[in-house]
Amino acid sequence: MTSDHAADMTGDHAADIDRHVRVYITVFVALMVLTIVTVAVSYLDLPIAMAVTVALLVATIKGSLVACYFMHLISEKKLIYAVLILTAVFFVALLALPAVTHSNGYWIPE
Amino acid sequence: MDIPYTVEVRRDTGLTNGKIGIWLFLASEVMLFGALFASYILIRTGAPSWPRGDTILNVPLATFNTIVLILSSVTMVMAWASLMRRRFGTFRLYMGATILLGFVFLVVKYFEYSHKFHDGLYPSTNNFLAIYFTLTGLHMLHVAGGMAVNAYFWGPGAKLWKTNPVWFTNRVENSGLFWHFVDLVWIFLFPTLYLL
Amino acid sequence: MSEPAAVVAHKAHVAHEAHHEELGFWRKYVFSVDHKVIGIQYAITGLLFLLFGFSLMMLMRWQLAYPGAALPLLGTLLGEARMPGGSMLPDFYNELGAMHGTIMVFLGVVPLAVGGFGNFVLPLQIGAPDMAFPRLNMASYWFFFLGGVTMLASFFVPGGAAQGGWTSYTPLANLAGTGQTMWLVGMIFLITSSLLGAVNFITTTIQLRAKGLTFMRFPFFVWAQFVTAFLLLLAFPPLEAAAVLQLMDRLAGTSFFLPSGLVVSGQVLTVAGGGNPLLWQHLFWFLAHPEVYVLILPGMGIVAEIIANNTRKPLWGYRSMVYSLVFLGFMSFIVWAHHMFMTGMGTAMAAFFQTTTMIISIPSVVILTALIISLWGGSIRFNTPMLFALGFLPMFGIGGLTGLPLGLNVADIPLHDTYYVIGHFHYVVAPGTIFALFAGVYYWFPKATGRKMNETLGKIHFFGSLVCMNVIFMPMFLMGMAGVSRRLFDGGAAYDFAQPVLHLNVVSSWGAWILAIFQIPFIFNFFWSIWKGEKTDANPWHATTIEWAAPSPPPHGNFLVAPEAHRGPYEYSVPGAAKDFSPQYEA
Repeated sequence: MTSDHAADMTGDHAADIDRHVRVYITVFVALMVLTIVTVAVSYLDLPIAMAVTVALLVATIKGSLVACYFMHLISEKKLIYAVLILTAVFFVALLALPAVTHSNGYWIPE
Repeated sequence: MDIPYTVEVRRDTGLTNGKIGIWLFLASEVMLFGALFASYILIRTGAPSWPRGDTILNVPLATFNTIVLILSSVTMVMAWASLMRRRFGTFRLYMGATILLGFVFLVVKYFEYSHKFHDGLYPSTNNFLAIYFTLTGLHMLHVAGGMAVNAYFWGPGAKLWKTNPVWFTNRVENSGLFWHFVDLVWIFLFPTLYLL
Repeated sequence: MSEPAAVVAHKAHVAHEAHHEELGFWRKYVFSVDHKVIGIQYAITGLLFLLFGFSLMMLMRWQLAYPGAALPLLGTLLGEARMPGGSMLPDFYNELGAMHGTIMVFLGVVPLAVGGFGNFVLPLQIGAPDMAFPRLNMASYWFFFLGGVTMLASFFVPGGAAQGGWTSYTPLANLAGTGQTMWLVGMIFLITSSLLGAVNFITTTIQLRAKGLTFMRFPFFVWAQFVTAFLLLLAFPPLEAAAVLQLMDRLAGTSFFLPSGLVVSGQVLTVAGGGNPLLWQHLFWFLAHPEVYVLILPGMGIVAEIIANNTRKPLWGYRSMVYSLVFLGFMSFIVWAHHMFMTGMGTAMAAFFQTTTMIISIPSVVILTALIISLWGGSIRFNTPMLFALGFLPMFGIGGLTGLPLGLNVADIPLHDTYYVIGHFHYVVAPGTIFALFAGVYYWFPKATGRKMNETLGKIHFFGSLVCMNVIFMPMFLMGMAGVSRRLFDGGAAYDFAQPVLHLNVVSSWGAWILAIFQIPFIFNFFWSIWKGEKTDANPWHATTIEWAAPSPPPHGNFLVAPEAHRGPYEYSVPGAAKDFSPQYEA
């Protein structure tokens, strides 16, 4: 029985790994570019709502690249996807609901 | 006794125990950092004013750190790929680089923190700094933890390569997942704290 | 099962057993990685903490029944700092209250229900040799132990243990003494223990189940532990984050939970301010609501097993029960602010949380109803486990139904933070979950020890406990509806409107003290039976689930031959079968 990715002993998968490595390098370059982009955008002094949107968008793209390619999520099994989707739902609830429930600036001093 | 599916995958799930275990743990970490981000949102939206990150924090230094961490993610996955190619020497090189880059990250953070303290800026000074120190502090602990695990696999743990190379490769892959996650958290932390 | 394979497996097993015998006392009984040993460690530690937490309450009940009166003997033993002249000080009352809740929930019930029963039974019930990560399992127990020691030690620091309720609301908790810091540190240890355990349970259930054991052939107990593990995994981390934040406030002078301009003892606090006390409540209840399902689910699982076994028929509505369980687990994450209706949220958010709360009552009702219908037409055996399981049903029913007004925003207004709430949740946890846990102890004791507990003592334990539980908690609904607040040092004596119901405090207190007496037969029975109980074979209850295929007690590795599931978990009284039970593991 072979393990998740660990090659069987024949080295047949060497070509596979080579392809993976090319992807890693490409992703690395993309991440560098996006890092520069996100820092550069911060110098544009955008209004806060737009700044937050752009920053989170870029971060999400970067994060997705790390998750999909470095963490191999793009070719993971259904069970892992299920766990992560469930987590994502609760993550969103945790981020959104407290803010929405008590976002009336109740604690702003007069 | 031997626990099944430690090294070989279970057919119907296609996974080893360790792979499931690490992803479950990462799911819990998502909720941990999520709670801190939720706290940040609630405190910031309730504040009458909030300083822009770059007015207090050192953006160039943090950008450098971001690059360091991303690079370390590359070396980490290359370390695993080396094992897949059965090149143990190359694994040692890449894993060593990963640990070194982690160390660089920590050193930079040390300078960042001590500079703040030197300027009289502490967690107790205001809520921006409070959340900054807490979020980056907890992240730092995770970096240190990841480094410790990586160092184990670089050093004493590497014995396993001789007796059970597949198991060793899997364990390196799993600790790599943790390391990538630490990088991923920073990818969100950096713009949130430093740029907004 | 071919003969040679069985012989080979047995020989390998015997050889391994011989190797295992080489483990010294410490590796075999204290720092063991065997799930059964760890399960028993959790169970006994959990039971001891339950007893201790109960004792704290018995002390409180003296003050509630006879406010200000000196407690003879014990009162003087507790020292002048806490009970001058044997009379309880308010601060000590608060210590007892906060630690009673904390200990019962986090050190008693969950470790017994999940750490104890989950660890011991789950691998056996799925036909596994152990948990997926045995060393992680051991680590999980010792983190729990460390958390427990920290909590106990907090009683002995200046200022005493935590006093702000098990809920540690800010900003009050921010200002408390060292005991509160220890509470936070203790919680971090306990949360770590739970997280490690949750990872183990989920991985084990998915990966190590026997051949032929599909998800829809799981015993309901397995499903219950599986969903519970997800609740622990995803709900606990926010409380860990909150604990870190409160520690930062207390130790690093931050103001996460301290608003600007807070006045303490006539002085404005010199902190940065700008914090939000409600942030603590959100993070706390994000965990604490799923936590209450952690408290009940394993109990439901135990009751389901025992009812199927003692009615000699399959559970009614197994599929509905499973779907309800999963739905319940999911919904439990989005109801939490029904604990916060009085915090000034707008009507829109109140409506949202009220709605999700009403929806979540549905799966609970489905599960309870299915269990009740399962009795119909059964050939009921009234042994001790079954008595406790039967007792669970109406008690959980009362607990659950009394929760409904609390979940409705408007009805909650007069009931919030009154004795009504205390009555509600104690019905669910005390004659609810704890009865289920007692049932589980009597039921699985033979598997763990090879001996049965005494039935007569068991019945005394049951009937006495059933009566006393109701005597303690039923009056609390009346007190709450009369308007008596919870956590009052004098039980409401200072208030005019409470006068007509104050005598109920005396009733509850005597109920509690007599309940303690009825636990003596159980404690005696438990230890006496370990050595002198009636010896049994592998399957004394003639049950169908896989744990009964293993010897009693099971050896290291559990099964002599790896079991296989051939049918569903509750094939009792199958028409045409030779016996009135067709075990899951028999070909």
